[in-house]
Amino acid sequence: MSHSNKITLFLVVFTSLIGGSQLSAQVAIHGETIYTMAGDPIKDGVVVVRDGKISAIGRADAIKIPEGFRLLNAKIVTPGLVDAHTSVGLSGMFNQEEDQDQFDRSEPIQPELRAVDAYNSQEDLIAWVRSFGVTTIHTGHAPGELISGQTMIVKTTGTTVEEAALFEARAVAATLSSLARKSDSKSPGTRGKMVSMLRSELIRAQEYTDKLSSTENADDDQEKTPPPRDLRLETLAKVLSGEMPLMVTANRTQDIASALRLAKEFDITIWLDGAAEAYRLTEEILAAGVPVLIHPTMARPTSDLSNLSFETASKLVEAGIPVALQSGYEAYVPKTRVVLFEAGMAAANGLTFEQALATITIDAARILGIQERVGSLEVGKDGDLAMYDGDPFEYTSHCTGVIINGQVVSDSKQ
Amino acid sequence: MRLRTRLILSLAGCLFISGLERTAFADGPKAFVGARILPIEGEPIEAGVLVVEGKRIVAVGAADQVKVPANAEQIDVKGRVIMPGLICTHSHIGGVGAADGSGPIQPGVRVFDSINVQDSGFRRALAGGLTTLNIMPGSGHLSSGQTSYVKLRFFDSGPRQVEDLFIRDRDNRYLGGLKMANGTNSMRDSPFPGTRGKSAYLVRQKFIEAREYQAKVDGAKDDPTKMPPRDLHLETLVEVMKGTRIVHHHTHRHDDIMTVLRLSREFGFRVVLHHVSEGWKVADQIAAAGAPCSMILVDSPGGKLEARYLRFETGRILEEAGVRVAFHTDDLITDSRYFFRMAALAVRAGMSREKALEGLTLAGAEMLDLQDRVGSLRVGKDADFIILDGDPLSIYSKVLETWVEGQRTFDRSDPDDYLYAVGGFGAGYDITPYLCCYDDSQTGGAK
Repeated sequence: MSHSNKITLFLVVFTSLIGGSQLSAQVAIHGETIYTMAGDPIKDGVVVVRDGKISAIGRADAIKIPEGFRLLNAKIVTPGLVDAHTSVGLSGMFNQEEDQDQFDRSEPIQPELRAVDAYNSQEDLIAWVRSFGVTTIHTGHAPGELISGQTMIVKTTGTTVEEAALFEARAVAATLSSLARKSDSKSPGTRGKMVSMLRSELIRAQEYTDKLSSTENADDDQEKTPPPRDLRLETLAKVLSGEMPLMVTANRTQDIASALRLAKEFDITIWLDGAAEAYRLTEEILAAGVPVLIHPTMARPTSDLSNLSFETASKLVEAGIPVALQSGYEAYVPKTRVVLFEAGMAAANGLTFEQALATITIDAARILGIQERVGSLEVGKDGDLAMYDGDPFEYTSHCTGVIINGQVVSDSKQ
Repeated sequence: MRLRTRLILSLAGCLFISGLERTAFADGPKAFVGARILPIEGEPIEAGVLVVEGKRIVAVGAADQVKVPANAEQIDVKGRVIMPGLICTHSHIGGVGAADGSGPIQPGVRVFDSINVQDSGFRRALAGGLTTLNIMPGSGHLSSGQTSYVKLRFFDSGPRQVEDLFIRDRDNRYLGGLKMANGTNSMRDSPFPGTRGKSAYLVRQKFIEAREYQAKVDGAKDDPTKMPPRDLHLETLVEVMKGTRIVHHHTHRHDDIMTVLRLSREFGFRVVLHHVSEGWKVADQIAAAGAPCSMILVDSPGGKLEARYLRFETGRILEEAGVRVAFHTDDLITDSRYFFRMAALAVRAGMSREKALEGLTLAGAEMLDLQDRVGSLRVGKDADFIILDGDPLSIYSKVLETWVEGQRTFDRSDPDDYLYAVGGFGAGYDITPYLCCYDDSQTGGAK
């Protein structure tokens, strides 16, 4: 973990800021209660956002709002919400062939598919989730193929993917579940075959890496010829080096165990995704140091998710496992969930209000490796905030405004 | 309370209290005292009393107005909220499959011939406070068959067969409606329609056939030699045209909604409009037709083209237009355990709390012709009610107990019931329901 965290930080630092032209907004937000997610909530507080970054935060009587700043008011202010896993932007609202880019079904293993090449930054569902306060999403190729492709992290704004991107290649999405099973005589047709195919491909990637480094270190000119570039193996090499985690969607106990086994064999960083039965393997998950992106709390209890529990988040948090919540991938109606509601359900089933809020703010940001930028309201962090007229988790409350990089991107009552 | 627990308790009863006392309590009236009561018909009652005896409600009102019978078992429910059991006008629990792929209109097929009463979905529904369901076949046909109105009579060891769940009329006939659908779900390869025009044509043709069938039956004047051969499909459509069987019509787009109203006028059938994603666009027209709406709210618009204009405001707009509005789970499209959430989301978008709560109870009862028996807490109605620990529209509130016809069918403090309330190992589905356009292999997925 520590190795990959270093790389994560490195990447965050070198990821370009959102287009400079947007950074001119100057805004201050007054909240009756501000959940900073970095210490106790502030009653009667103010957040000042200058040039897209938080420049001051504290009690209203201690903060001087600079002249000319636009002042907004809200009952509740939280950091912009972070959805730890979705497919929004690749999987479009209409659910027609032309707006579904979350899978290419031609091959079961395609880590070379980049999310950045498939993300539709002007998809309506992005604006939809944003209107509830979601400002950052970890999105990309969806669970459903053994390796469906890569994921990325974006802000829910931006005309182009380049403007939206916070992290253009974040993880490689793998699936160890019934979802990845093929029928007829296609592979993988069984769970055993799934793991065997993953292992084979990782071994090939290791050999590729070994060959690359041996040619780099070779004295003989002839031996200096590198192997031909292979985008698939290059990507998996990043998984092996720890630069990209393998996000493994696994819900049944046995599949979770397989994912942990794989991580151990190749000494790779994995994120468990879905993990419906994770409550049966808390000790093992904790010992492996693996974070969990739990399925939407209100996911349908069918197939591999039959034994899901509303209390999984609270059980894992209690066990000390890093946990984030997600809206997940939806193949039908609704085409996306809203992570705010999923966290609300977790708050109603064992998590405290602030623990639940953490699963969609700072804890999600930490797992995703973007905690230097988002996830809490602290000086120097991005000016991403969500405003509510009551307890954000209550269905009858409204999101009254959303700010990303200091820009008010939504101010209608949702 | 499940059989196991019940056995232990009754053993305890033999040892510590006299059998006579237990029997007196078991069969005598029960008084629930001190809760905030939301009778739905009438204003909320603070610190009220609800008295049930046998299967019925015998008294409900403020503490100073209700005389608790001397032989009543008193149950302290101070700080709780009591309201009628919830009614879902559109559910698919039970692993149902009615019409098959042989043709688009199969009204003679009965959903109850496919209901698995041991499906764990029923237990989840009880955990969500549901007591009455309209179990429907899917929307992949213009008519996929007859629906079933059921009570979740999960007493002690649970129901043995679907007959145990039926709601029957005075003549002991089981009740149900007819499922119909238009729009894209029922548009498929031949013999299914390929267009909306063809869909409506096929439906009209079948209703005309049913009219002619009825004319032959009437003309035979009970002479068996002159009767036409029995046709279960046409018989069902005749019931629909006579108004004894209500059409529950899946419909999303505004023009599809208008087509349903047009056909309803032409053939004189009573119809409940289901889903109505674009109902907000034609609210005045729906109101003018007097058609009630059973709506669904999901987390986002889309998932298919005809749901792209789904709005949380639909409930408010229909209410303002004067349309009677109920909600449905469409379980497993949304899970019965958070049926309240739908009403709460409608309130978020401006629907009144009063009408939203009616939408979970009395309005649904009316859409099933069951308003004289369920849907509100009124003397003489079935003792179907739930006990909550707080405001029904708060995400933090829990259904603590569900009672059906005077018997407790869900108790959150019972570990076995709790498993179904929150999920966990062993809570899984038994049989996956067949739904059009829903591909279970993709976990919540669709083709």
